[in-house]
Order: sequence, then C-alpha cells, then structure tokens
Amino acid sequence: MLRTIAYNTFKEAVRNKVFYLLVALGVVAALSSIIVSMLTIGDKVKVLKDVGLASIDFFCVLIAIFTGINLVYKEIDKKTIYNILSKPISRSIFILGKFLGLALTLLIALASMSVIYYLFLWLAAGTVDIKIVVYFFLLYLQLLIITSISLMFSSFSTPILSSIYTISLYLIANVTWTFNTFKDQLKGTLETVVSYFFYYILPNFEKFNIKNQIVLKMDLDAAWIINAVLYAVCYTGALLLLSILIFNKKEFK
Amino acid sequence: MNALEIKNLHKSFKSSFLIKQYHILKGIELSVQEGEIYGFLGPNGAGKTTTMKCILNIIYPDQGDILLFGKSSRQASSRSRVGFLPEHPYFYDYLTPEELLSFTAGLFSMSSAEIRKQSAELLELVGLTAKKDIKLKKFSKGMVQRVGLAQALIHNTDFVILDEPFSGLDPIGRKELRDIIISLRESGKTVFFSSHILQDMEMMVDRVGIILDGKIRKEGKLTELVSQGVKYYEIVFSGLDAQLAGAAEWTSQDGHYIIRHTDSNATNHSIRLISEHKGVIHSVTPIRRTLEEVFLEELNHA
Repeated sequence: MLRTIAYNTFKEAVRNKVFYLLVALGVVAALSSIIVSMLTIGDKVKVLKDVGLASIDFFCVLIAIFTGINLVYKEIDKKTIYNILSKPISRSIFILGKFLGLALTLLIALASMSVIYYLFLWLAAGTVDIKIVVYFFLLYLQLLIITSISLMFSSFSTPILSSIYTISLYLIANVTWTFNTFKDQLKGTLETVVSYFFYYILPNFEKFNIKNQIVLKMDLDAAWIINAVLYAVCYTGALLLLSILIFNKKEFK
Repeated sequence: MNALEIKNLHKSFKSSFLIKQYHILKGIELSVQEGEIYGFLGPNGAGKTTTMKCILNIIYPDQGDILLFGKSSRQASSRSRVGFLPEHPYFYDYLTPEELLSFTAGLFSMSSAEIRKQSAELLELVGLTAKKDIKLKKFSKGMVQRVGLAQALIHNTDFVILDEPFSGLDPIGRKELRDIIISLRESGKTVFFSSHILQDMEMMVDRVGIILDGKIRKEGKLTELVSQGVKYYEIVFSGLDAQLAGAAEWTSQDGHYIIRHTDSNATNHSIRLISEHKGVIHSVTPIRRTLEEVFLEELNHA
C-alpha cells in the first residue's frame, strides 16, 4: 500500500512538464557556471564549483517546495482523496506514501542534475572531486526536510500560503545558526531562552553546509556528517509525525 | 452477519464562523444484510452522502457506532471488503483506466496476476476495454462513472457502496448499471446505494431506507413498504350490467366495466355477485402505492 501511494506520487510528479522544466533549468544554470568562470580572474575551478552547486541547490529546492505544497492539497481540492481514504489504508500510510513518492522524485531530479554536472566538471576542469558526492547527499537531506515542511503545510493550508510558509522557513533555516551566536552574547534569561528555542525548533541548514570544505578542498569531518544525518532523520520524522497528527484530525466534507 | 450496521449516528458541522452548528445526522439507525441490495433514499441534503462518508471514515461521527462486517469503521481494515463509488467521482486524470485499476488494486495489496485478470474482466464489464490506454482527462462524465464502478469492484468486493451511481448516466448507461447491480446480488455481493431516482430503485432493491432531515423515517422490504399501501382493488369484467356488481360507481372501456373498491371485503362481495350473474371477470388487480408515493407521504409528514 505504501509503495502504491509512493509510486503513484512519483508518477504524478514525473508526468508534470514543470518537473522537467525545473530539472532542465537546473542543468542549464549549472552549466552556465562556465561562462561566469571565464569572466573570473583567479581560480576558475572554484567558481565552476561554487556557481554550479548553488544552481543545482536552488532548482532542487524549487522542485521540493512547489511539488510538496501541492502534494496533499491537490488531493483534497480535486476530491481524489475520497477514493484513497475509502480504501483499507490508514491516513498515516497515505502521508508517508506521499512523502516517499516525492523523496524518490527529488532523488531522480538531483541524481540527473548531479551526473550531468559531474560529467561537465570533469570535461571542463579535467578533474573531479569525490567530496561533491557528499555535498549532494547532504543537499538531499535538506531537500527531505523541505519536503516534510511543505507536506505539513499542504495538509492544512492552500498552496499559496504553504509556499510562503515553506520559503520563509527555508530562508530562516539558512540563518538559524545565528541564534546560537546570540544566545552566548545575551545576558537576560528570557532572551537566552528565546534564542535557544528558535535555535533548536527552527530548521538549521548550516548543519549540512560543506560548501567551503569542497570549494577550498578541505578535509571532511565524518562526525559532522553523521550529526547531519541524525539531525535530518529526527527533524523529518518529527515533521512527518506532525503532518500525520494534523491529517488524522482532518475531515473531508 | 450484517454487512453494515449503523447505530445512533450523529454528525454536525460547524459554520465557517464556528458559531452555528448544523446537525446533519440525527441518530441514523440502519442495517444492511449480506447479499441484498439496499436502497438509501432521500432528497438532496437529507444526509445520504454524509452517512456514506461516516461509514468510510472520510469524516468522523460525533456519536454512534458503525460496523462493517462486524468491525468498527474506524479501523482501516474494516474497508478491506468494501468498494466505493463516490458521487461525481474524481480520479487521477493523468492515469489511464488500466493504470487506475492497477493503482486501486495496489491499495488492496492484490498480486500482479490478480490485478491483470480483474482489470481485464472489469474493463470488459463496464465497456471500456477499447479505451483502456486513454488518459482519464479525455473521458466524459459517464465514462469516468464507468471507470469508477470498475475500481469499486476491483478486489472482488463483498460490499459495494455507491453514492448516486445513476447521476450523469444516459438511459443505456442506467440500464447497464442496473444489470450490473443485479448481477452483483446474484453473485452473492451486497450493494448499498443512494439515489433520489425512485424508478431505478423500485426496479431492483430488496430493502429501502428513507432518510429525511438526518433521520431514517422508514425502513423495510420494498415489497412490504409498497404492499402496506394497497390503494384500491380494480375489477375488470363484462357480461352483466355494472349496477349488479355491487358498486356505486364504475367506468366503462371497450365494452368492459371497471369498478374500484378500497376494501377487500367489498371486492370479494363484487367478485361473488359477478360470478352469480354469470359475468366474466377479466382481472382483479390490487393497485399498490408506488415507492414514490410512500416517499412523498413521508416527505409531507416530515
């Protein structure tokens, strides 16, 4: 049952032309890094990596948000949900199936973009860095968190509001680490508690950021990566649980 | 065991301002026995679809119990023997009928071999074999209804719930659907369907539940409901003067007299008189109330 829902979600996503457009744009943007590198004085390979990875990052996040916000809402809006819920499946299986389907879609999108980019980097720079695979893996974990955020909003809100909430949280997730800096500098108890609260509650994508290590060819810390994996699993799990709780309460009039 | 049992079902909806509550279902009590066709009859807004959504756990009852083959409808497994066709069905329109059936079968954990066999049989049954590879977005309303019926039957369903299945069908489609429903009963399945088209219901149901304003006003066998209401007995005869047949009023047509009695004793008396006077009785017919009349009477009482 879980596989059926997941596979159908994947099928729906890949039958949507917007998906191919975003993947194609991601590839084009990543490849266009060569133009930027040609205009650069200095380390051209560094620019190739920097711009290329940022482009893939951006378009994968777009796919995660814009596919995710429609995941459940569309089922309710188009009333296909009646057909699903009348079958012997629990609502939690439905939510998990939807999540796994989008996770598979993102894996395919990211894999396609990264393979093309890898090939391109190899042709342009004559060398490739195996650490980029770790970068893509950590990017994928971030995408799973974004998917679970958009899925949660999708289970009770409209696509427009869901996209606003998800994009806001995504932007905040990139600066959440600053709360950690604040809390060390704040004197009052309340301010410290608030900083702690935001630091631990909001998604924190700094935990997945190894761009500097890759671009500057530094060594990767295994403990850092394990910590990032555990963080992604716990955060995604908690959001999925929340989505299930919200969805279980929901009635479809 | 009953296929469906509903006890004291209540359901309210809040208005968008959370102030006013609309009490839609006010203590529904009904049971559907295995192997029968049960017609759920009521005007628009009476609570038919709300009841069905409660049965399938799409919405939650405020109060009351719903059992599907003895299992609480709150358990997902209670729907493993149930097929459902919603009113105005919407399916994933990027799928073909064959893909939709395969998807639905997957939700019942059917094997690939079973899926292939059932899909082929059902597409044939609903007359869509030739269109099995066309995406649903290109289908008309009637064709989507047919696919909907096929998906409701995909897992060799024991109990089929159909919400207004005749809406959107042309006369041929309605005739075909009636035949399918009757054939389901013949193969031992149970059918529970809602409708406000009395003619379709009268032609095939075993039992009827009339729902008005969120309550079951009348429930029983169709034969009982309509025979409880014999309006009058009609005797057609010839060969003697109508005055001798013991009736105050009569009509004549093509050389035959027609008299009507509301009382069975008066009818017997007239039959005796006609025989004694060597008249010829062509027919004695109890004219019963139609389901429509039973329904309208209940509607007027409500």
